[in-house]
Amino acid sequence: MTRVDVQQKVLSENDRLARTLRETLRANGVYCPNFISSPGAGKTLLLERTLERLPRDTRVAVLTGDIQTDNDANRLARYGFPVRQITTGGSCHLDARMVERALLGWDLESLDYLFIENVGNLVCPSSYDLGENDKIVILSVTEGEDKPLKYPATFSRAGLVIINKIDLLPHVSFDLPLAKENVRKVHPGAEILDVSATTGAGFDDWLSWLDSKRKACAGHRMDLVSG
Amino acid sequence: MHEMSIATSILDAANREALLHPGSRVTKVGLRIGEWAGVDPASLQFCFDALVAGTESQPPSLDIDFRLRQNRCPDCGNIFAPKDYQIECPGCGAAVTEPAGGSELELAYVELEEP
Repeated sequence: MTRVDVQQKVLSENDRLARTLRETLRANGVYCPNFISSPGAGKTLLLERTLERLPRDTRVAVLTGDIQTDNDANRLARYGFPVRQITTGGSCHLDARMVERALLGWDLESLDYLFIENVGNLVCPSSYDLGENDKIVILSVTEGEDKPLKYPATFSRAGLVIINKIDLLPHVSFDLPLAKENVRKVHPGAEILDVSATTGAGFDDWLSWLDSKRKACAGHRMDLVSG
Repeated sequence: MHEMSIATSILDAANREALLHPGSRVTKVGLRIGEWAGVDPASLQFCFDALVAGTESQPPSLDIDFRLRQNRCPDCGNIFAPKDYQIECPGCGAAVTEPAGGSELELAYVELEEP
C-alpha cells in the first residue's frame, strides 16, 4: 500500500479552466461579474433594468444559467445585447467548462462587460470559480435577514452584496441594519448596496459601481496595448 | 446539492494520481473539507459510496477530515475558531478578525495498492 500526498484542490480542473477564462477576459479588458442569489431574489429583473439603463454605446454580453427553460434569455434578449442561455439540465450551478463552451464564437475583445447570471442557489455556485472578476450576491428583503449566516460560504466570497426589493421594506418585517450586520459577520468589510430593480431606487450607485469596475478593467487592456 | 459533482471530481483526481503509478488502484482517498466550503460531508460520503459501488470488488473508501472555521486577529496574531459568528478576538478583544481557514475543499492524499 502506498500513500501519495496530493495536496490539491478537489476542483483543480475547474479552477484551471477558470484561470484561463480570467486571463482571456483580463487581456480583453472585460469586466465580468457572476450574479448569485437564491431563486426569486430578482437577479433577472436586476439585469434587465441594468441593461436598460446602461449608456447606449456600452458593449455587453450576457450568459444566463438555469436548470431548465430559456425564459430568462428571452427576457434579457429584449434589450438588444447578445444573450446565451446555459441550460444545465439538472445541475444546480454553472461551472467553468459550461461558461467556456457558451462563449465560443463571441469576440471578447469587442466587450466591456460579460454578465453571468448563475443558477438560483446560494450553496453550490460558491464552490465553482467561473473566471469572473467578482461574485455579486443578491439578497432580497422578502428573504430572512439571517441568510448571510445560513450561507456563509457564498456571502464570504462576495465582491459586492446587493440588497434588492427595498421598495417592499414597509410591507415586510425584514430588518435592514441587522441584515447588513449579518453580512459583515461573515464578511468584514463587504461592500453593500441597497436597490430596488422595480422602482430603480439605488441604481445610480449600482451603475457607478459597475462603471468604476469597467474602467479599471479597460485601463488594464490599454496598459497591455501600450506596454 | 452539488455533492455528486464534487464526488465525481474527487474520483477523477484520485484516478489521475493512480495513472502515475502504472497498474495501481485507488483504495482510499483523503479529503479536507472546511466548515465554510459549502459541502456537506455526510452527503458527499453518500454520493462517493454510490459512485464507487459495484465498480470493483473492494471499492475505494473516503476519509474526510472536517476543519472548523478559523479566524486570525490582525492585531495580536491569535488564531481561534469563532463560535456563532462572534469574530471578536478572544485574546485582545479586537472587533474585526480575518478568516484564516475552514474553506478548504482539498484532496489530501490517495492510497494506492500497487501490483
